[in-house]
Amino acid sequence: MTFNPHTDGDRAAMLEATGVKAVEEFFTPVPQRVRFPELDLPPVLTELEATDHLAAFAARNDAPPAQDVYLGAGSYRHFIPATVGQILARGEFYTAYTPYQPEVSQGTLQVIYEFQSLVAALTGMDVANASMYDGATALAEGALMTVSSARGRRRIVISPTVHPAYRDVLRTYLEGLDLDLVEIPLTSSGFLATPDDIAPYLTDDLACVVVQYPNFFGGIEEIAAMGDLAHARGGALVVSTYPVPLALLQPPGELGADVVAAEGQELGVPQGYGGPYVGLLASRQSYVRQMPGRLAGMTTDTDGKRGFVLTLQTREQHIRREKATSNICTNQGLMATAATVYMATLGPEGFREVARRSYQNAHYLAERVSDVPGYSLATAGAFFHEFVVATPGPARDVLAALLEQGIHGGLDLSKLDPMLDGYLLMCATETNTKQGIDRLVDALPR
Amino acid sequence: MESPDDRKYTRTHEWVALDGDVATIGVTDFAQSELGDITYLELPEVGDAIALDQAFGIIESVKAANDIFSPVDGDVVERNEAVVAAPEMVNTSPFGDAWLVRVRVADPQQLDALLTAEEYRELAKASAH
Repeated sequence: MTFNPHTDGDRAAMLEATGVKAVEEFFTPVPQRVRFPELDLPPVLTELEATDHLAAFAARNDAPPAQDVYLGAGSYRHFIPATVGQILARGEFYTAYTPYQPEVSQGTLQVIYEFQSLVAALTGMDVANASMYDGATALAEGALMTVSSARGRRRIVISPTVHPAYRDVLRTYLEGLDLDLVEIPLTSSGFLATPDDIAPYLTDDLACVVVQYPNFFGGIEEIAAMGDLAHARGGALVVSTYPVPLALLQPPGELGADVVAAEGQELGVPQGYGGPYVGLLASRQSYVRQMPGRLAGMTTDTDGKRGFVLTLQTREQHIRREKATSNICTNQGLMATAATVYMATLGPEGFREVARRSYQNAHYLAERVSDVPGYSLATAGAFFHEFVVATPGPARDVLAALLEQGIHGGLDLSKLDPMLDGYLLMCATETNTKQGIDRLVDALPR
Repeated sequence: MESPDDRKYTRTHEWVALDGDVATIGVTDFAQSELGDITYLELPEVGDAIALDQAFGIIESVKAANDIFSPVDGDVVERNEAVVAAPEMVNTSPFGDAWLVRVRVADPQQLDALLTAEEYRELAKASAH
């Protein structure tokens, strides 16, 4: 639909039809003292002055070349092909909001349907929704899908290797609800949680076990075995993951996951100082009625022609009200569109190539760093593109030395937990290079 | 469709028919006509306990998803799998084939407090819009 602004003639006709003399009269229910208040604003800037003003702020950002950045921990630097920006900039996508008269927005619904199909295929699940705000809230909502007070399922057990910010968000979502959140301490070594870590906490009121794959420290855990433990107690397996690793790893759907949540930022969305990002949420068919958010569906119209709709809307809060699983009634349409364009541009082969290069760069980085005396690989077992390195002395000193060379070496884990002083979380993607990695290794303080 | 005289009714449009100590529960013709095409039913499992005035299931149509409230305290002894598989039966046979659950009632006298068919017909007429 095109945008039609009001004209003076339109306004005059509306005023006449309503019998009102001037638009100001519509605001008389607002108390006089706040109706048209004096606003104490600084003088107006011209577009040129405003641009200079904002550019000065932007110049305070440190924006190093991609090959000198080794920071991951939930937000990843990948190359975004030009198709994403081009297609997103179309007014129909850029300014569209969540359709409330959905059938009129066939183009929007088709993109959402394609997005959902790609997410379901990637995660190995039966159904995916139109997206959530981000990976953290998608995980919290995903866990809540498995709760059932009617069935006496009120315990959520969360692995210690799930992203700490995601655990914070889950805790916030559960506040005030009569549910039992059990946060397991990390006791196993090698920055990996094991099925034995989880087993003692599983009871018959288990709603779900929440794990991350690959975990926050980059390692790959025994997800299927953890799922078996949860299922044996009648609970569900909720997996928090990321899209790019799934190009090479077995999808959670093949490892027994009932609900999968992910941060979709890796798919064509800039890191942007933390947002806007896009949450992916997918599940088995049996959970579809507990799934929050919008669901685009494909059907045929009365003439037998293919059409798209928003389906299963009776689950949503505008109908179920306080009985709905969630009050989300929108999605991250623009970012979901970016993700769809990104995946369509790369195709399965391109996508696998991004993953392969990320994996290879990270493993080359790990090998070279752990060869330096005083440094060792602390992540046990297999990892995808992130890993923990034990540093000789505080990680912050290593990072300071690297920064002097313009290199951002990773995340100092003591920031999360003082007990983890001397550990650095490093990440590599396809945007890193062999030369860049060799340069980092040379710059490491011995 | 006339509300049959052989059973009792709730203000929330469920019906209940007693046979010994087993009560059969369903929703009324008024309910199905207000809801529209029924698309989904969520019902308790055999063995689950249901409680007087508490929601024990969900009836979903193309435009709404409403709770189904229990007229009695009891344990579910039978669940109508046919209506779960074909929820549209509720639209065509709400008082017959589309019964929802059968429960063993702890106290059959709980039915005395419910509406008679005549009282329910009055209620339905007043609610209609």
